[in-house]
Amino acid sequence: MSACTLVSVSTVLGCHSCFRVDMFSKGTKRKFSDDGGEMSDESLGGANVSSSYNLQRQSLLDMSLIKLQLCHMLVEPNLCRSVLIANTVRQIQEEMTHDGSWQAVTEAFCNGSQSPSERLVATEVLCRSREQDAEPKLFSVISYEGCREEEVVADETLCSVSVSDAASNVCLSESVGHCWETGELRVVESDEETSEGSRLGPGDDDDDDEDDEDEDEVDEEEESSREDSKSMGQVFGTFEIKNGSSGPDSALEELFSDVDASYYDLDTMLTGIQSAPKMGPYDLLDSLAPSHGPPSLGSPSNCRSDLNELDHIMEIIVGS
Amino acid sequence: MLTLVRIQSCLASMPYIYFVANLLTEILPCGVLCIFCIPADIISTVEFNYSGELLATGDKGGRVVIFQREQESKNRPLSRGEYNVYSTFQSHEPEFDYLKSLEIEEKINKIRWLPQQNAAHFLLSTNDKTIKLWKISERDKRAEGYNLKDEDGRLRDPFRITTLRVPVLMPMDLMVEASPRRIFANAHTYHINSISVNSDHETYLSADDLRINLWHLEITDRSFNIVDIKPANMEELTEVITAAECHPHQCNVFVYSSSKGTIRLCDMRAAALCDRHSKFFEEPEDPSSRSFFSEIISSISDVKFSHSGRYMMTRDYLSVKVWDLNMENRPVETYQVHEYLRSKLCSLYENDCIFDKFECCWNGSDSAIMTGSYNNFFRMFDRNTRRDITLEASRENSKPRAMLKPRKVCTGGKRKKDEISVDSLDFNKKILHTAWHPKENVIAVAATNNLYIFQDKIN
Repeated sequence: MSACTLVSVSTVLGCHSCFRVDMFSKGTKRKFSDDGGEMSDESLGGANVSSSYNLQRQSLLDMSLIKLQLCHMLVEPNLCRSVLIANTVRQIQEEMTHDGSWQAVTEAFCNGSQSPSERLVATEVLCRSREQDAEPKLFSVISYEGCREEEVVADETLCSVSVSDAASNVCLSESVGHCWETGELRVVESDEETSEGSRLGPGDDDDDDEDDEDEDEVDEEEESSREDSKSMGQVFGTFEIKNGSSGPDSALEELFSDVDASYYDLDTMLTGIQSAPKMGPYDLLDSLAPSHGPPSLGSPSNCRSDLNELDHIMEIIVGS
Repeated sequence: MLTLVRIQSCLASMPYIYFVANLLTEILPCGVLCIFCIPADIISTVEFNYSGELLATGDKGGRVVIFQREQESKNRPLSRGEYNVYSTFQSHEPEFDYLKSLEIEEKINKIRWLPQQNAAHFLLSTNDKTIKLWKISERDKRAEGYNLKDEDGRLRDPFRITTLRVPVLMPMDLMVEASPRRIFANAHTYHINSISVNSDHETYLSADDLRINLWHLEITDRSFNIVDIKPANMEELTEVITAAECHPHQCNVFVYSSSKGTIRLCDMRAAALCDRHSKFFEEPEDPSSRSFFSEIISSISDVKFSHSGRYMMTRDYLSVKVWDLNMENRPVETYQVHEYLRSKLCSLYENDCIFDKFECCWNGSDSAIMTGSYNNFFRMFDRNTRRDITLEASRENSKPRAMLKPRKVCTGGKRKKDEISVDSLDFNKKILHTAWHPKENVIAVAATNNLYIFQDKIN
């Protein structure tokens, strides 16, 4: 199970541009620098005897992950090739786990960059089976580097949806199949329409499975999300102070400030509603704006850019 | 001269130019018969029809080109067995899937001929999603002398007609028309990799990565799903269908191969859904040669029944295996195609060549098999004598009246003269598609965008 989880993380990582740079720049630097070999040896806990084998294995793993992520988005990627590469990645990962070198590699990447609580949270979020906590750590840490802030913000401000959990869920719990699954779901309708005499059901099953997965994950990860928020309280804190009222609603409005309000304007006009309060969050935002005053905290613009990132991530998650 | 004229007349309908070189040879063992060049478009499938008179090729641009064999005539003794362009048509167009926001390539994945039942020829061609039945018919006569319309087609005023005449059939220039008769669409979520006409000549199967459907040639709006290996949870997907074929004589039997190197034979009489196989063919893995690439190179890229129906042949990355349908635990024959690549698997994985899908084919009598390799090499194996030969399909080496020299790849140590070292092989020049005439020793080899037709002259 965790093997699947691992693959899924890495595969979908490529869909998120913010992840890709971090992961591969780190990996690349370690790999191709002049003393890369030595570093790898040290980080692998001194597996001196088969260090070249480990190097080869590691480079094969890196190569495979790159291949999985470089989806040709114009034409549908070759499913057979993706399956074979994913199987190879699983195979390498299983072997590395048995070797015990997986643990060492994980630690190498984690040196001093992550607080224990964050790592714990990441693990919780990633793992379905609690036993093999070690394996997903590597990728969970990497995937969250540099992007944790946005995710946590999303999580807290939309806690009813548990967005960051959803993000991690979508990323992690679905394997390579995620790339395939989205396509699959969308074609369900045409499938059902056209093949009358043939076996129906695959389409229906897909839908149900997809929904079940999401629900399960939201339940599991809600606890970990709360822990998340504490460690990222600083970012969240700015929202509270700025808006002057705590709670998710105002943060929610803040969140939607970047959404193009003209659509809603039109909608309102068409329905003939003239009164200001019915404009909803956008009107409220306008009224809030003066209350913000000068960016004393120096963070509103940051929050806005964060929210842009957030919207982008939201779109990907929701699949719109 | 006649040949050139024939080609010219086809040019008008083609956006590209054919280059034809008739290179006959009197010298054994293999002579170059014709080379056809289809510029800018990679040939993606090659198939002879049941009589061998017609040869169809499909390319990446969705076009189908059909070649016809010249009838032997006393006037031109040297033109015996030449293939000339017979018909060209655009089979598939690029499409856009609006639900997934993805392009659907127009590349022709497979062409399969139907047995000829009347003067017209029928073939099935497929791209990733849609299968089409094409009718190719000749017209060499036209009616002249209509009463109600002029020669140029304009209607005549009925009141102006004073006499009646009977229209007469007059000969005209041969015109070959291709028209789509059936379109079998919307039945495949994944990419179609195989089609196969059943021996009952009424049904055919189409296989994509996860499902196989059975169609009736007359019915386009529904098909029966007979194999479905899609897991309920796509996370658990580890195996896909790579090829499928109907048995040549038993219309209830078909096989399909997988990316894990297994072949399943199914009997449609057993159940409506053939998820449970009747026979399972897999060779146990050699533990000493296990590597991270073991699974990838064991993935079967093509499966073909022998003409007799007793054997089947599978092609994986490095070898061709012949299986007896009565023995499931191992193949009866294994031929190494390019074993020297085994040490290069990592590089081939890096440049994606390890995922190349080579095809294989039997000769008419099932005594020989042929498959392609890199550097425009193709290999033929004689099953009886166990001899094998490596030949190259290239313009430079196909001079008129020169026999094809057997090629050899140097695997290590000292390179002999005329040998090629593994490192100087061109992995961009790959022969994936080959076809063997059903009755004679004529082979068609597709090398990227060139089609080579070779003939074994036994004089």
